[in-house]
Amino acid sequence: MKRELPLFICALMGITMIIQYFIPHPYSIKFYQTVIGWFIIIMTFAFVLGIMSIARVHWNKVSRKQKDWFYSLVALISLSVTLFVGFAFGIERGKPFMLIFEYIQVPMESTMFSLLAFYIASAAFRTFRARTFEATLLLIAAVIVMLGRVPIGYMISSKIPAISGWILDIPNLAAKRGIMIGVGLGSISMGLKIILGVERSWLGTIGGE
Amino acid sequence: MRLIWSLVFILMVLTVGSALCTDETPSPPATIVVSDKGSDDGSKLRVEWSPSPDEKSTNPVLRVERYRIMRREIGGQFEEVEEVFVGEGMEKGKYVYIDSNLQLGKRYIYRVYSVSEKDVVSKGYAGGSGVPVANLFNVERLNVLIFIVAFAGLFIYFYRRAKGGVELYVRPIAGLSAVDEAIGRATEMGKPILYISGLSTVDDISTIAAITILGRVARRVAEHETKLIVPNYDPVVMLVEQEVVKQAYLEAGHPDAYSDDIVFYITTRQFSYVAAVDGIMVREKPAANFFMGYYFAESLILAETGAATGAIQIAGTDAVTQLPFFITACDYTLIGEELYAASAYLSKDPLQLGTLKAQDYMKLAIAVIMGIGIITATFGLNWFQRLFVAR
Amino acid sequence: MKNLLDKFLKMDRRYIFFLVALGVIIPLIVPIGLPVDITKPVKDVYDAIDSLPEGSYVIISLDYDPATIPELDPMAYAILRHCFRKNLKVITMTLLPAGPGVAEMATKTCAKLENKKYGEDYVFLGYKVGVSAVILGIGEDIRIPFPQDYYGTSIDDLPMMKGYKNYDDTEIVITISGTNVPASWVAYAHQRYHVNVASGVTAVMAADFYPYLQTGQMVGLIGGLKGAAEYEKLVGVPGKAFVGMDAQSIIHSLIIILIIIGNIAYFIVRKSKKEGVG
Repeated sequence: MKRELPLFICALMGITMIIQYFIPHPYSIKFYQTVIGWFIIIMTFAFVLGIMSIARVHWNKVSRKQKDWFYSLVALISLSVTLFVGFAFGIERGKPFMLIFEYIQVPMESTMFSLLAFYIASAAFRTFRARTFEATLLLIAAVIVMLGRVPIGYMISSKIPAISGWILDIPNLAAKRGIMIGVGLGSISMGLKIILGVERSWLGTIGGE
Repeated sequence: MRLIWSLVFILMVLTVGSALCTDETPSPPATIVVSDKGSDDGSKLRVEWSPSPDEKSTNPVLRVERYRIMRREIGGQFEEVEEVFVGEGMEKGKYVYIDSNLQLGKRYIYRVYSVSEKDVVSKGYAGGSGVPVANLFNVERLNVLIFIVAFAGLFIYFYRRAKGGVELYVRPIAGLSAVDEAIGRATEMGKPILYISGLSTVDDISTIAAITILGRVARRVAEHETKLIVPNYDPVVMLVEQEVVKQAYLEAGHPDAYSDDIVFYITTRQFSYVAAVDGIMVREKPAANFFMGYYFAESLILAETGAATGAIQIAGTDAVTQLPFFITACDYTLIGEELYAASAYLSKDPLQLGTLKAQDYMKLAIAVIMGIGIITATFGLNWFQRLFVAR
Repeated sequence: MKNLLDKFLKMDRRYIFFLVALGVIIPLIVPIGLPVDITKPVKDVYDAIDSLPEGSYVIISLDYDPATIPELDPMAYAILRHCFRKNLKVITMTLLPAGPGVAEMATKTCAKLENKKYGEDYVFLGYKVGVSAVILGIGEDIRIPFPQDYYGTSIDDLPMMKGYKNYDDTEIVITISGTNVPASWVAYAHQRYHVNVASGVTAVMAADFYPYLQTGQMVGLIGGLKGAAEYEKLVGVPGKAFVGMDAQSIIHSLIIILIIIGNIAYFIVRKSKKEGVG
């Protein structure tokens, strides 16, 4: 029963939502709107569970004095302080919550994102080699696109942004479409597998060999 | 009865409308038909009228530039709804305007006037009325229905064939063959395995594929009694993964080894999550890193940090833009559909393999349709393309 | 020589990090002022907004978080200011849980710069969980996902929102994001409800969205800081993107030079290794 009921609900909802897509009647639309409402509510509750999860993991680390428990303590304090100031003083601009956001969160996250520039430069230097004919083609394309995306490319020749645009519009697009069609079919197939109960791993049923 | 009434009304209006027409004003449209739009929830009407003979007049006072649509409810006043310029929204030589946000089952009365370049409005008009009706089937989505039925048909056919015991071949995928090697290495070294199921939500198919693979990986990990770390980006994904890993440990005969600390939530902030995972990589030094699911700009930061710690890395994503980064920094990469196929491949379940076959045939069908589409479009036959427009 | 080149190829990556840091910092302190050319996908977004009549409703979904602020804020500001200058009715929101702070800051700052009044010229709806559900919900009635605005005021109490129901009343949706959210806007808002969608994305994600551009599922695309600089130029409000163009040009050139030097060194080393074997 523990397995059958979720499978039944899943199949029922899956098939109902497919049928709903083809019925424009107001009753069908009302049903659809209700389902969207449910979805939003369920997602919101999942966040509460997520916060409980992170709090528990770090609490266990601190209480058991596991390796690096100090970092867990920092995480727990940050979580509690942010939650407290958010509930106590509100979340409008100028309030402590937004100050934490603007002066701690924003610079820290931007720093993480900016690491990308450093990593790309180093990865490109270490791995971008014209070992084969295909790799050479790739390298030339990369150089043109890189130049085409910045003013210096336009200064070297006005044709560079145009060629860069062509590379993105034609060969890039063709390859991407191919993968997208596969992804689309894979999605439908996965959807059908779940609705029909062929794929049950989301239930925790692994099976197989 | 209602139909006869409307026809009489239209005729009356048309007669009166044309009688009022004088020489100084442009002539109104000759005919008008107001009908239910169809394929909707009963909030739209379709107003269709024929062009005024004065569209091509040489006199600027009479030359029609646009049409003014007026509407009223029974007992109400006429109000302007829209102005449609000459040549706009024409279908088969007639003007078509779809009026929306109407009330189901209510009668609406329309008048269409001609307006000339000199802003002279026709004295006469074409008039008609209609009632919006709610429909039970959206005909505009028939093509989608046909596609789904065809795909489901193929799917069920191969599913039954596989059930009947027909052997289906799936080519070997290097990245998946390496899964055992990675787990073995981690066990030998006594180091943990890090598994990340991407930065997308549970309604993303690549996330579901990543969860499926996690089930298989967790089972092997449990058999080897190695440590597993699964930090999560999305709380819903975390809940599902906790169940999956718990079941895997149970099936492997080590239910005591499972704890909720294996699968945990970090944050839904992209780069905060990356910082946390990078921290885990640097502190715990996992012997193997799995990056499955959907990734964004953070892919290289994750994969480069992992490479720097010396872990064996297996990635799998359908995020096309991130593939080059994973290929550069990881030992094995599953590309696009290989990620979806992984579940069938790892389970060796014939039923799952059957679904892969259905996908292949559908892909072949799409390739043929695209070929025909290219040929017909080249010769300017656009009707074929229009068959595939999804509404 | 061979050993030296070998060492060069295996050099500590922190030397490269140092060069990148210099390449970014110097042009920010001493700007060069490189010219910016306008590309078609950016011009298309501009034209789509510029051609709208006054009072048209526009949804701007600021689907990005603090991490991508440096790259996405400039385009968000330029677009918001453009919409305000055209006297359009702007509805802003976000689909990322980390988005409200960023989105509110951008909306309020631009509204203040262009003297716009809250509730009459623009509204900020904040965040609601569930990307696809929210986009589909707006298609039915914006009051399903957002019965209230970010500040708890009922939607029906905001003068601007009277008479607004769903995408049928919306001229264009502009999504600015460093994630895959623009694809969801195309799949659910454009495909299902036929509203025009334009987007602004980070450079690293831009290539992902070109297919939608060609099919017309997106009316235009602003990619990365360069796209933002183009938009700033079109609107006539040169800002951070314009300044950043010099640094970006230098970094791109630096990477290209590194790749070229790396390749030359690699071939010399490989050749000498082959000769050594022979």
